[in-house]
Amino acid sequence: MSRLSSAFAGNHPALVTFVTGGDPSPAATPAILDALVAGGADVIELGMPFTDPMADGPAIQAANLRSLGAGTTTADLLTIAKNFRERHPDVPLVLMGYANPMTVRGADWFAAAARAAGVDGVICVDIPPEEDDALGPALRAEGLHLIRLATPTTDAERLPAVLDGASGFLYYVSVAGITGLQQAAQTSIETAVARLKAATDLPIAVGFGVRTPEQAAAIGRVADGVVVGSAIVELVGRHGADAPAAVTAYIRTLSDALASARKVEA
Amino acid sequence: MTVPNSYRAQPDDRGHFGQFGGRYVAETLMPLILDLEAHYRAAKADPAFQAQFDDLLEHYVGRPSPLYHAERLTEALRESASEGMGAQVWFKRDELNHTGAHKINNCIGQILLAIRMGKTRIIAETGAGQHGVATATVCARFGLPCVIYMGARDMERQQPNVFRMKLLGADVIGVESGARTLKDAMNEALRDWVANVHDTFYIIGTAAGPHPYPELVRDFQSVIGREARAQMLARTGRLPDLLVAAIGGGSNAIGLFHPFLDDADVKMLGVEAAGHGLDKQHAASLAGGRPGILHGNKTYLLQDADGQIDEAHSISAGLDYPGIGPEHSWLHEIGRVQYESATDREALDAFQLLCRTEGIIPALEPSHAIAAVARKARKMRADQIILANLCGRGDKDIFTVAEALGVAI
Repeated sequence: MSRLSSAFAGNHPALVTFVTGGDPSPAATPAILDALVAGGADVIELGMPFTDPMADGPAIQAANLRSLGAGTTTADLLTIAKNFRERHPDVPLVLMGYANPMTVRGADWFAAAARAAGVDGVICVDIPPEEDDALGPALRAEGLHLIRLATPTTDAERLPAVLDGASGFLYYVSVAGITGLQQAAQTSIETAVARLKAATDLPIAVGFGVRTPEQAAAIGRVADGVVVGSAIVELVGRHGADAPAAVTAYIRTLSDALASARKVEA
Repeated sequence: MTVPNSYRAQPDDRGHFGQFGGRYVAETLMPLILDLEAHYRAAKADPAFQAQFDDLLEHYVGRPSPLYHAERLTEALRESASEGMGAQVWFKRDELNHTGAHKINNCIGQILLAIRMGKTRIIAETGAGQHGVATATVCARFGLPCVIYMGARDMERQQPNVFRMKLLGADVIGVESGARTLKDAMNEALRDWVANVHDTFYIIGTAAGPHPYPELVRDFQSVIGREARAQMLARTGRLPDLLVAAIGGGSNAIGLFHPFLDDADVKMLGVEAAGHGLDKQHAASLAGGRPGILHGNKTYLLQDADGQIDEAHSISAGLDYPGIGPEHSWLHEIGRVQYESATDREALDAFQLLCRTEGIIPALEPSHAIAAVARKARKMRADQIILANLCGRGDKDIFTVAEALGVAI
């Protein structure tokens, strides 16, 4: 069983946590990742900074700029991943980011480098199935998961194309919008998760706009995982290199809420 | 009809021009992009849509724009040419369009498409403000609310156009992220669109972005080349030897070039903005960039080794973008069109040359094309013809030019 499968096979919904790599500096990121694990995160999404994060709201945009301002490179990200894997042999680690930094040296180069760094999977925001001639095959050839995104606009006709080649888990973007702003109504999430579950056996993780333990628990009652990003990135923005204590405390509130939110079949 | 071996049969059905173009967008936008493509196919095949487009171009925009033989400029360039050299310079006068640039051609087409799709809100990005003004104009004409995203730095250097957009009823939103120019405005417009897909149409201003935008913007702008080709044949009985146009995203250039692409004897030159110089900060994506993925398409981009996008620079806000439309990347790679560049300084010189020789104040964007015309004309025979696209007028640029020339106004 892969690390990702294990994370979603527990008796509580998985807590998937996102931070931007290299924010506030490459040197500060390892302790922040450790803080996520210490707080009870089940899956780590390590954001690859990009100059033009078109799908992100103000919090993650600012984190991208802080990271790049600190001089973060792709090599730094891969080193952070490799060292994380050595410290945490069992915690799944996913790289998330945009197409250009992932493919600039070739999709094969990126997939091989990610595998060598101990990464389990990749989420690419701006390569839809229609353009996935290179990245998906390269990741599969290296035994890495390609994690696809489904959204409120992904209709039944289109869903099979999204699921074709997807593995690891399916990331349900619960609002049509950018990260960190609005939150979806619980009823719309429940309807969407039921629709997705009818179409795939992949675990469904729900994200965008999730901030509070109450929201996480409510989503956890229907989904296999809950993704939290902007709220953590804001803590890092506020506390900088001193963020780990605050991050662990915040993540603990979410993981406690999910521990008591037993999964029920939607 | 698809002519084998034609240069005019691109893109393929997935929106690819060779390896370039495509639809690199977030999943939220994909269904909308596919819907837009289906509506565009239907509109393209609908004579009523074409008739309405043509009618508005004639009676609202003022087309056809004149084809003008710039005899005084031709003579001025011959003064420094060898005996028998110095090509005739002609201009396609798209600066005489309503709103002062070629941008309105595309905006008319796209707002008709938006209305056809039942969209009730329009957004756009703008650099120099010409596309913003053109978008605000068609929104006023058709009574649709309009939001324009503009880099805060561009707002500072293009105040007259900001005021024009507001007069036309648009909501102009300054973008403070990144270098606060066109690239950042495009990011912000995409963020708005992804959050408002249900009712919003994004009028992209250049022949770039996700498929089908590069194709449909090209098609709407191709009225420039179709008119120019017919006008040149009617006036001189022949086709030009060389076409020249400035390139930011490249919509005025592709609009001029496309109808001539299969005329084997017509050479073409696209002119990128070399800013402070190609060895310094500039906006010449083909000269100084590599293929990459940004803003929905694969194309040449100014970027570093990690794929981070570099900040572009040009004195012309309309050329100040680190990418280029994907069809130009393809035409560059197959060699059908040549691409060169002109610096801020060369553009300023050409700007003044045209003012004094022809009584035409050009925008800084086509001033780059005029700089290249000056270089080329001297090396061509006097019986040869250069046709350049004068794609915008310079009223908006007089403050920038005054500052660059050290004149207080």
